[in-house]
Amino acid sequence: MTEILLFAIPALLIILGALIVVFAKNPVHNAMGLVLTLTSLAIVYITLNATFVAMVQMLVYAGAVMTLFLFVIMMIGVDKPEQSRKEIKGQTFLISGTLILLVSIIVYIGLENGLNWDLLFPESENAIEGTPSLLASSMFTSWVFPFEVISILLIVATTSALALAYEFKKSESND
Amino acid sequence: MSIDILVSLIKPLLVLGIVLTNTIILIWLERKVVAGMQSRVGPDRAGPFGILQTLADAIKLLLKEQILPLRADKAMYLLAPIIALVPSFLIFMIIPLGPGFEITIGGETRFINLVGADINVGVLFFLAISSLAVYSVVLAGWSSGSKYPLLGGVRASAQMISYEAAMGLSLVPVILYSGSMSMSKIVESQSGNLSSTIPVIDSIVRFIPNWNVFPQFLAFGIFFVASIAEVNRAPFDLVEAEQELVGGFHTEYSGFRFAMFFLAEYINMFNMCAITATFFLGGWLGPTFPGIFPPLLSAMMPTIWLGLKTVGLLFVYFWIRATLPRLRYDQLMELGWKRLIPISLIWLLVSAIVLGIRDFGLPWS
Repeated sequence: MTEILLFAIPALLIILGALIVVFAKNPVHNAMGLVLTLTSLAIVYITLNATFVAMVQMLVYAGAVMTLFLFVIMMIGVDKPEQSRKEIKGQTFLISGTLILLVSIIVYIGLENGLNWDLLFPESENAIEGTPSLLASSMFTSWVFPFEVISILLIVATTSALALAYEFKKSESND
Repeated sequence: MSIDILVSLIKPLLVLGIVLTNTIILIWLERKVVAGMQSRVGPDRAGPFGILQTLADAIKLLLKEQILPLRADKAMYLLAPIIALVPSFLIFMIIPLGPGFEITIGGETRFINLVGADINVGVLFFLAISSLAVYSVVLAGWSSGSKYPLLGGVRASAQMISYEAAMGLSLVPVILYSGSMSMSKIVESQSGNLSSTIPVIDSIVRFIPNWNVFPQFLAFGIFFVASIAEVNRAPFDLVEAEQELVGGFHTEYSGFRFAMFFLAEYINMFNMCAITATFFLGGWLGPTFPGIFPPLLSAMMPTIWLGLKTVGLLFVYFWIRATLPRLRYDQLMELGWKRLIPISLIWLLVSAIVLGIRDFGLPWS
């Protein structure tokens, strides 16, 4: 019972947040909906015994990335509700068709498994005690090459973003 | 099972009680200390030494009218004070208040640790939750529909992101040194006294407690500066600079919603000092005098030690507030990005090399 509640409440919050992201008219509301989704996702990670991943999720996505989103929304002044109501041709048909497809997939999977939703994952051994150290030891031994490649990739991306954004002003002598 | 449920019900209530009582005393203490430093008397009417002044202020704020600005975004305006309070309560949950004790109820013996939730990634939890605290300031500033709060909110988001990076980086050497991310284990790793393999140094340092502040002095300095900036205290209070922004992000708030921001600020301040004491000043460690003091007092000594260390750090906060003028905005950003972050990166490198040599020996030997 407790496990199902611990799954159901964050899951509902994730869906609610996602719906806010899609349907809210105000960009700041959209951003806060995304924060709700990301934070609830962190709670789901905790129930799966992945505390480290949950904390990194909170720190990086809910903390840093979304604060920057909000900062940019406020700085460039798009924090006004949307005025235009553009409609794509056949909008209603497409949306309802996708929804029916989604529901039927879920119902099919449910019937296939005899309505036995496998929500309760078995506890993996030493998940609670050693998650950061386990992660670190596998990351710096067997996965050290991909790890370093990703770090080089990120540095390249940062430098190229800087190079693209920075205007080279040769005429200005002072500064 | 029933004891576990009872314990997990009592702990949050206890935390709530401790935090709210603390805040009442803290606000009074700040007013008294700052008044003393400025040769004033400070609050002295309500109760002995004016200690009930905060309570009177709180009741006054409860009874005040709640104003909703016409151009406010209602949902976010009402949500912001709640987002301010929740993270501050959550952070207090992970501070270890003592070594814990065993209790026997109805034949069942349980070990109760004096920490709200002892999670193995406590340091990350602290950083994650304190990064959520930015939202309250940003949302309050934006949703008020007024220009001064908006400026305060934009300043806050930039300031808190910048100093969070320095704060997080200054904690990494401490984690390396202690070998764990759990708050309780970081406290336990600071027990005992300093020691050295060189006899002359050893005879001097072995009377100094093995607190992280001595080997990690630079990390302590960076963390302390960054934590003042993180809770938006003077000299980093550009978020609510009275001379420029009226009241900053909470200009449009009144009554109890303003009180919630005020409460959150002081709880955050207390949390920061308690966390600093836990990371660098040995947390609840200290002499308990088991034979000299009565058993109950002796058992409570760890909590008293943590309290004393925290109040000591809070006094430094008040002292800095009464002494230093506010930084200019560009100075603030320069201090964060050009000084604190590079220094903490270099310090991380230095301590990683030193710890590597200590644990694995010199690379050529």
